[in-house]
Amino acid sequence: MNSIIFTAAARLLVALMFVFSLFMLLRGHHLPGGGFIGGLIGAVSFIVYSLACGPAEARKALRITPEVIAMLGLGIALLAGMFSFFLGDPLFTGQWYWVGGDSYETSAFSLNTVLVFDIGVYLVVLGGILSLTYAFEEET
Amino acid sequence: MSWVLVMPIAVPFLTAVVAYLARNYPAGRWISLAGSVLSLVASAVLMAAVLDQGVIAAQMSNWNAPFGITLVADYLAAVMVVITAITGLATAIYALGEIPEETESLGFYALFQTLIAGVTGAFLTGDLFNLYVWFEVMLIASFSLLVIGGGKDRLDAGIKYVALNLVSTLVFLSGIGLLYGVTGTLNMADLREAVANAENQGLITVIAMMFMVGFGVKAAVFPLFFWLPASYHTPYFAISAIFAGLLTKVGVYALMRMFTLVFVGDVGFTHEILIWVSLLTMFTGVIGAAAQTDFRKILSFHIISQIGYMTLGLALFTPLALMGGVFYLVHHIIVKANLFFVAGLAKQYAGDTDLNRIGGLYKSAPLLAVLFIIPAFSLAGFPPLSGFWAKYLIVKAAIELDAWFVAFVSLLVGLLTIFSMTKIWGMAFWKPHPEGYDPTPDRAPPKVTRAMIVPIAGLAAMTIVIGFYPEPFVQFAQTAATQLLDPSDYVTTVLGVQP
Repeated sequence: MNSIIFTAAARLLVALMFVFSLFMLLRGHHLPGGGFIGGLIGAVSFIVYSLACGPAEARKALRITPEVIAMLGLGIALLAGMFSFFLGDPLFTGQWYWVGGDSYETSAFSLNTVLVFDIGVYLVVLGGILSLTYAFEEET
Repeated sequence: MSWVLVMPIAVPFLTAVVAYLARNYPAGRWISLAGSVLSLVASAVLMAAVLDQGVIAAQMSNWNAPFGITLVADYLAAVMVVITAITGLATAIYALGEIPEETESLGFYALFQTLIAGVTGAFLTGDLFNLYVWFEVMLIASFSLLVIGGGKDRLDAGIKYVALNLVSTLVFLSGIGLLYGVTGTLNMADLREAVANAENQGLITVIAMMFMVGFGVKAAVFPLFFWLPASYHTPYFAISAIFAGLLTKVGVYALMRMFTLVFVGDVGFTHEILIWVSLLTMFTGVIGAAAQTDFRKILSFHIISQIGYMTLGLALFTPLALMGGVFYLVHHIIVKANLFFVAGLAKQYAGDTDLNRIGGLYKSAPLLAVLFIIPAFSLAGFPPLSGFWAKYLIVKAAIELDAWFVAFVSLLVGLLTIFSMTKIWGMAFWKPHPEGYDPTPDRAPPKVTRAMIVPIAGLAAMTIVIGFYPEPFVQFAQTAATQLLDPSDYVTTVLGVQP
């Protein structure tokens, strides 16, 4: 697609959408959002970029192939779930460490495996969608 | 405790991730092999735990049943997990010899391990919706494996396979939706009570039939089997072996689980249908095989015919019949995967799988001939191989019920199976290699690696061991059947277990 307007707008949009996708990812669990929706938005930002500059350029921007991103995400999600092994809980039991308090309301922020799992999901969705769409774009 | 149940699923998944990242290096295949060995260890640990404590269950994420996802293993599930790991290991070894490097770098081993994870998950889950998810994992992995390596035939087979399996999954999913609407739960143990107490028993029977159709397509029973012979003869031999061994059995396992645990309110109706379906499956499968001349197509039709015996074991619904069904399930996985392995090796020697184009294998590969005869005769039910005991139990169960016609059909199908096996034997092994079809086995240097012989020999040895020393296996099947017929242990373990 060779439109100057689109290419110029894409630069802005891509960065905005990508940051928004990270925002959605971090916002998840307690508020609407999370890894899946964040990954979708992130994928859309890269799709817009590939429409504006071509899939080859978009692949370069990703640096890692989308398939590898998806597999890494799967690994991260699985390992986040398996972390509960060390605390004697069943698989995928969320482990929370509240900083400066003991619950969602009282603490400043928390370290938890749920976010790590969500990051894994984010990467799986991002990588999965992008590997599909890039394959389609490159075929035509 | 709960990790005993998790590891057989988690190990292949992690292996898939690592094997994918290493797919372009030779290390990838060794990682896959190591993962398969670890899976076998994990499933052996699970088996030991089940033998020690009976039914075991675990609640994922600490959500108690019936709200969370439950993993549960009774005797049947445990033995299926072990046999999956064994077949997986055999395939991982066989693949070392068969799969070319281009296919490896497409992520073959990652898909293969994901398939194993999906199958294991389906055996271990105690939640219907989770079962659906595992079916999807299996479907995605198996579709990719079916078309990997490319080619028109494979795509054609893949599309048929995926289209029909999607239909089955949709029927299954609609069944789940309806069942949830009626009972408000999807935990299998909880469903037993809920289904028995449901007001609208007519609707329950309808849902039961939806499940029968959904799982029936997966298991390839009459008249829903046509996707199987259309697709199993095209992929790599390692893949068709694992498909033949495991995928249809997941359908049979799901049928066995649902129609002993949940849908037992109207046994006279549902299981009567199953009897006729089983008989027709057995018969059409074996007749279909008689018309084929391709090594793998004959074997594919035989899968269908053998599936009939397993569902028959379920349909007769006596302790002896179920015991025979469980025994048959395990025996058949070993034998069938092995026969597909043999077909792959035969192709390496003779250059084709069409029986009209090959021959003389007895002369050029006597070891292969011996290794073929063991699973082939076991499949046909020759004493004293494992298939004999499996058929014996089923036929005996039928005779005890005075179901003479059922017993007659079982024996007849056994006889026709021998016909097909002798056809393969005669055409591929005894007949001289036909003129004009290269490579003639005497001259062509066969590209045979030890990696392909080892799993064949190993599985054949297992067939012989089960055949000559069936006592512990039969006893195990008996306990499994008792647990299936009286699942109170299953139900209390799942619903009572505190994480």
